Amino acid sequence: MLKVEALQSGYGSIQALHGIDMEVARGEIVALVGANGAGKTTLLMTICGNPRASAGRVLLEGEDITRLPTHHIIRRGLAHCPEGRRIFPRMSVLENLQMGAAATAPAHFGQDLERVLDLFPRLKERLTQRGGTLSGGEQQMLAIGRALMSRPKVLLLDEPSLGLAPLVVRHIFEIIAAINRDQGVTIFLVEQNAYHALKLAHRGYVMVNGKIALGGTGADLLANPEIRAHYLDGGAS
Amino acid sequence: MLPAALRDAVLAGLVASALALPMLGFRLVDSATGLTLAGRFDLVAWAAGIVFCGRLVIRLLPPLPGLPALPAGTKNLRLGAGWILAVIALVLPFLPFADRNLVDKATLVLIYVMLGWGLNIVVGLAGLLDLGFVAFYAVGAYSYALLSQTFGLSFWICLPLAGMLSAGFGLALGFPVLRLRGDYLAIVTLGFGEIIRVILQNWQDVTGGPMGISGIERPSLFGLSFKAVAPEGHQTFADFFGLDYSADHRVIFLYFLILALALATNLFTLRIRRLPVGRAWEALREDEIACRSLGINPTAVKLSAFALGAMFAGFAGSFFATRQGFISPESFTFIESAVILAIVVLGGMGSQIGIVLAAVLLVGLPEWFRELQQYRMLAFGGAMVLIMLWKPSGLLSHREPTIRLGDPR
Repeated sequence: MLKVEALQSGYGSIQALHGIDMEVARGEIVALVGANGAGKTTLLMTICGNPRASAGRVLLEGEDITRLPTHHIIRRGLAHCPEGRRIFPRMSVLENLQMGAAATAPAHFGQDLERVLDLFPRLKERLTQRGGTLSGGEQQMLAIGRALMSRPKVLLLDEPSLGLAPLVVRHIFEIIAAINRDQGVTIFLVEQNAYHALKLAHRGYVMVNGKIALGGTGADLLANPEIRAHYLDGGAS
Repeated sequence: MLPAALRDAVLAGLVASALALPMLGFRLVDSATGLTLAGRFDLVAWAAGIVFCGRLVIRLLPPLPGLPALPAGTKNLRLGAGWILAVIALVLPFLPFADRNLVDKATLVLIYVMLGWGLNIVVGLAGLLDLGFVAFYAVGAYSYALLSQTFGLSFWICLPLAGMLSAGFGLALGFPVLRLRGDYLAIVTLGFGEIIRVILQNWQDVTGGPMGISGIERPSLFGLSFKAVAPEGHQTFADFFGLDYSADHRVIFLYFLILALALATNLFTLRIRRLPVGRAWEALREDEIACRSLGINPTAVKLSAFALGAMFAGFAGSFFATRQGFISPESFTFIESAVILAIVVLGGMGSQIGIVLAAVLLVGLPEWFRELQQYRMLAFGGAMVLIMLWKPSGLLSHREPTIRLGDPR
């Protein structure tokens, strides 16, 4: 579904990704874990075309999207839920959701809205409220809901647990699992919260200094003593 | 509390006396023996005293309460206010106290309302700080003047042409500079505004240079002229309706013309804000990165805002040219851009009615108090300070959502 081959990228003269190879198959949840500054967010951003890859390829359903402008990539069925949620604080929840549908045919709007609101009943209660007045967890729900409004085939999630209370994190991850299970959306998830992410994911990759260090099923990675030592013990619960 | 307030007030008093000493303290007296300098130090003492007391009062009183909060159901209230304002504007020329002077001033205010609404698309909605908006106003004015004088086209044909030309200039400028953000964009647009003015001033052969263009054709109403004697093959407005000729007819006609243009701008903005492209402007102002990740093309969205804002400035410019009958580069200096921007910011970035209030305040009041002469700017400055204290985010800064459940999209 989504395939990355020998991808290199960076900011100006600083290279952040040193040849990444990875793949997300249709219907999978794949988690990418790693320490701060490993290049996880850069990988997601490069898949979306900003920054541009300096070498390598990104394939979406076999089509090369490496050189496409971001808004064309999104229109091909990729949705990106950026780090830090980035909802529109002065716009209402409904308007935020509507912006998520900016790239799709308006005819689906009502149907998509219903689907997203069924998934996030909390948002339904707060449709007219401004985005900025929502709690952190609700804002994350809004960010995910907004990304879903474009009917994506692949959903890229960047740190959905960022700054949320443990209970809320659990709830968000349950919803992510439901999106994958019930709506058949392929999910590629970037997380620092390795435990939750790997438990949720079918497969996972571990990123170290701009390279993929390890890959395997979520359960295997969770059982790996090295990963336990580096990312789990004393860290997340 | 009290000592700190006292110290603060003394400091303010000292600053005031330092400022007042050269401005109020000395006066040139023209006497038989020549010019002599007379002192007026009592005035300086008064100024310092007033500032001292004022500062003390401001410090000791609780902070100014905000404007009484609009009750729930603001949307209806504001919609009502909009309709009331529109009705007042419609009947204004026929009110008993309305003379030619009032209608003329209202016309001027409406020009700025329209410019404010145009700039609001760029600054208020899309969040692109444009300090050279007057350039598009100038392009519109000169487009009309030159098209009409060179090709003899009528106002009604030139109006859309001038709007298109201005929008074209907006695109031409926007394309290279919209990669810039915030302060950098502001500086480049400032430069662009000046470039246009300097070109107008120096391209003697085409624009007439500092002499400007005079004798610009006045508009007609479906071919009915507002002159005392109709040109060959035309009728005058007065003849057609069997009225006695009066110069007031044209003043009132111009008033309604700009009212229609301004209302069209307003309607357009209100409509487009509910459409995806208009909402994308607001989204872009809030978060450009989020917009990218939602598949919005930021360049296209910004360009559309820039071009549309410029187009409305072009319309306003054409109207300005036809109303004045004479234009010169002096009408398009940076201070005009600053006033228009002040109207948008004071009105509360993005609020349509706020802009009307701000335009009345910033353009109407100074015109009104022309009799006060040198105190005009004092009152203006005082009003600005009051607004900064009272409503720092603009007169009407609250934003209402433009879509609700059940709304047709």
